[in-house]
Parts: sequence; C-alpha cells; structure tokens
Amino acid sequence: MNERALTSLLLLLTLAAFLLSLMAGKVWIWPTSWAADTADGWIFLELRLPRALLGLCIGAVLGLSGAVLQGYLRNPLADPTVLGVSASAAFGGVVAIYFGLNLLPFGLFACAMLGAGSSILLLLVISRNGGPIGFILGGMVLSTLAGALTAFVISIAPNPFAASEIINWLMGALTDRLMVDVATALPFMALGVALLLSTGRALDALTLGENGAKSLGINLFRLQWIIVLGVGLAVGASVAVSGVVGFVGLIVPHLIRAIYGEQPSQILLPSALGGAILTLTADSLLRLLPGPSEVRLGIAMAVLGAPFFLLLLLRYRRGNA
Amino acid sequence: MTLTVRNLGFAYGQKRILDAIDATFEAGKLTVILGPNGAGKSTLLACLAGLLKPCSGTASLDDANITRMAPTTRARHIGLLPQGAETHWAVTSEALVALGRIPHMRGAGLSADDRRAIAAAMSATATESFANRPVTQLSGGERARVLLARVLAGEPDWILADEPLANLDPGFQLDILALLRRQAAAGKGVVAVLHDLQYAVRFADHVLLLHDGKLFAQGSVEDVITPTNLAHVYGIDANLFRDEEGTVQLCIKGKVRS
Repeated sequence: MNERALTSLLLLLTLAAFLLSLMAGKVWIWPTSWAADTADGWIFLELRLPRALLGLCIGAVLGLSGAVLQGYLRNPLADPTVLGVSASAAFGGVVAIYFGLNLLPFGLFACAMLGAGSSILLLLVISRNGGPIGFILGGMVLSTLAGALTAFVISIAPNPFAASEIINWLMGALTDRLMVDVATALPFMALGVALLLSTGRALDALTLGENGAKSLGINLFRLQWIIVLGVGLAVGASVAVSGVVGFVGLIVPHLIRAIYGEQPSQILLPSALGGAILTLTADSLLRLLPGPSEVRLGIAMAVLGAPFFLLLLLRYRRGNA
Repeated sequence: MTLTVRNLGFAYGQKRILDAIDATFEAGKLTVILGPNGAGKSTLLACLAGLLKPCSGTASLDDANITRMAPTTRARHIGLLPQGAETHWAVTSEALVALGRIPHMRGAGLSADDRRAIAAAMSATATESFANRPVTQLSGGERARVLLARVLAGEPDWILADEPLANLDPGFQLDILALLRRQAAAGKGVVAVLHDLQYAVRFADHVLLLHDGKLFAQGSVEDVITPTNLAHVYGIDANLFRDEEGTVQLCIKGKVRS
C-alpha cells in the first residue's frame, strides 16, 4: 500500500474513532437523536461533542509532539513530557485549584498556560546554545522541579477534598469539559500544531547529525525555538484542559514508524492522526467499562503504556547490544 | 572559484584552537589537511563550512564572507561530509542521498532536477544497487559511499570531507579517495582532513600541515611532507623514497629519539 492510501485509511479510522466517541457511553446516542430536543440530544451537545473534540485534538497534539521530539532528539524514548512543559502546566493548574481560581472563568486554563509559558521561557534560556543535550537536561530539571512543587501544594492542601480534587485533575481526563473549554484551548493547539508540522525537513536533515544538518543550511537554533514554542503551546493547552495524559506521545510515533518507515518528516501527520485514534478509542472504551465511576484516561494510558514502554526498552537494548 | 582564509583564528573560551591561518584553496584540486590529533584540522574545516564562526580573520568563498552568507546559499556552494558517518534513522539509501537536495528544495517534494541530481550522485558512487536498503543495514564501506553520494547530490562547488576514511578497510578507503579525486578532476574544489600520511603523499595536489593551531607548512606534497617537517610536527622518524615504479612512498620507522 502506498503512503497516500495509508494516510487516507488513517483519516478514515480517525473519523470512525471520533464517531465512536460521540456515540459510546453508558447511554448510546445514535446519530438520529443528535439534533433532537431530548435528553439524548442534550447529552450529545453538552457532553459528548466537547469530549470527542478534545480527545481528537489532544491525541493529535500528543502524537505529533512525540514524533517531533523523537526526531529532534534522535531518541526513540523521548515524549512530550521530557521538556517539562506538561509538569509545569500541571503545576499551574494545581495552584489554580488550590487558590480556588478554577471557579473563575478561564482561571485554571490561564494558570496552566502561565505554567507552560514560564517553562518555555526557562527552557529557551537554559538550553541556549546547548543543543539537544542542554535541552533535555533543562527539561528534566524543570519537570522534576514542577513535580516537587506540585507535591508540595498537595501536601499543604487545606482539606482532604481539596487534595482529592487536585489529584483527580492531575490524573488526566476528558470528562465534563464544555464547548467553551474546547474553544479556549483550540487556538493554542492549532498554532502549536502548525509550528510543529513545519519542522519536517529540518528533522530529516538531523538524520545526518547536527553538523550534517547545519551544513545543509538548517538553522538549529531556530528549529529549537519552533519546537519549544510548538510543544509548549500545544501540550500546555492540552494539559490545561485535560490534565496529564501520558504515553500517547511515546507510543504512537513507534507504531507509525513500523508502518511508514523511519524518515522523521513522513511520520508527523500520521502520528497526529494515530494519537487522535488512540486517545479517542481509549476514552470511548473507558466509558463502556462497567462500574460506578470511570477509570481516568491518564491512568488507563499509563497502565496500557508502561508494558509497551518496557518492551520498547528491551528491544532497543537488544538492538544496541 | 577559490576558498580563502585570512588571518583566521578560533578559540573555545581561553583555549586557542587556530591561530592566524592564511591559505587559499583552489578548485579542481584535492587539498589535504594534515596534522596530529588536536592540531585544529576539523576546526579549520568547520570554519570553511560555515559551521563555526571564526573569532578573528575571515573565511571567504570568492569575495563573500562565509560566516555572513545565507545558510541555504552557503549550503548550495559548500557541501560537508561530517566526521563519524552519523545516520540516525533507518531510512533508505536513496532517501538519505535525497537529503543532499535540501538546500535546493522549495515547497514539498522532489523536482525533476532533484531526481536527476540524486540519480547522478548514486551512479557516481555506485550505490544504486542498494537504493532501497535501509542505511543501517549497509556495511561500513557501502554507507561511506552513500554518505558521499548525499554530499554530491547537492551539487556543491566545494566538497569538504572530515576524515572520510576513518574506520574503513583499505579497499574502501581507496574507493573513497578515487571518488574524491574524480570530483577534483571534474573541476570541484575538494578539501579533506586525513590521518593517513601515505594516502596524502599519493593523492594530494596540495597539502596544509597544521601544528598546534598554526599553519606549519603548505604547498605541494614534496615541499610539505618532508622528514624534517614530519619529525617536528608528528614526532616521527620517516623516510620518503621512490619505489621501482617511480611512486613516492613513505615509510615510518618509529618515533623520533629525543
């Protein structure tokens, strides 16, 4: 099958996963009642539609960011969390919940984006001239710091309910999001995605190493800016609306590489589609599991993702041995 | 077309790597840069390729200062084969060679001109037979040829090669040297950093001998690769003689006794 056909197939699968996400749940809502003035119609418009849209966008953002970062760092074990953007955005969100700012319109979103924004600035300062190594170390430091600060805020939460609210949010979920949440996050995600999709040729050039890429006229400094901004905006916004959903950005580029080959530019768009398919499908299946409350998407992804990650590590080590 | 460096100096912080280098490189010739480890060979090449910005002096292509050229323009004129034969993803040989066209590409996809240049580069290096094989599955000798084809695909006027023979067996080293010589004969400027003095003696048109960041000697092989210079720069006791076929040979007898 050629690449165009494959990509068409992925697009179809994305559409199918999106439709599944619109319909599936404790109550199945068929397309016939989507526009109806009934309880089903209300559930569709107010709950299912924003949830499916978020799943689509967040999955695409995570898949694409993972593919770009793995290409840039030339390391198949990188994912969007390595930059510390997710952890910083999460810290911003946690602070918002702690101070009750999440009750204000856009309060939580603004705080989380502020967290993401400051991590972007710090990263650009820390990793200036440092190349990928400075970049990844800076990200690790930020991630650890934001994690520690988040734990600190939880530890000083005034009561168990506040602590549980924070932890619940941190775990990552697409439930109970409104259309206004989608509309707030979308511009940031769209801008981030556009930036990230523009990196293909530079990532390809990096196949030859940094000197090889530079000798081909690629400006690595500019590339780093684009990646930090793109990942910061897109992943920051996705954490701001849904908490931290891990592993999508790690797993999806690998699955896509197995189909499309390893050229970095060739897997960007497919990784975005793959991320959307995985996130939408996983979120739909979670809704269908029996039981009084849903398993959090972030947790489900980790449970599914961890064994995959271990397999990957084993294969990678064997490949290098 | 000429590449020139004037009073070129480079330092990492306080550590001087290159000091007051003056040299002219000519098109149609294979210029070999020699010198012991740490003499500044790769740094000089990186300055010529525009990867490093000299701390003093200039490197220029004809009248244009290489540091100030737009990166894409520079890349169209000067191709670099970096040290270490890095290839990070299992892309096919053909896809790797196609990367050489990046400075020429506008918009998405390869133009007819790009395809012609890629095919020509692969034919010149005899790499067509493994065009569809992932570069990670190639032998060292095959990969070295594919990487050189990548540089040729960009159709640069200048080819700078940083230790292109490293980790290759003699047969493959001779293949690469023959390819570089052929490029020089076709009118391109070729500059190579080499470790092997024997090859320098046999293949170079012009030699630059670096010592501790300074240009110790430059000129023809006979003028530069002399027992006195080798003893001084490399600390080795070496002999040059003509064999029965009239080829100049180098024989390293040992280290200089002090």
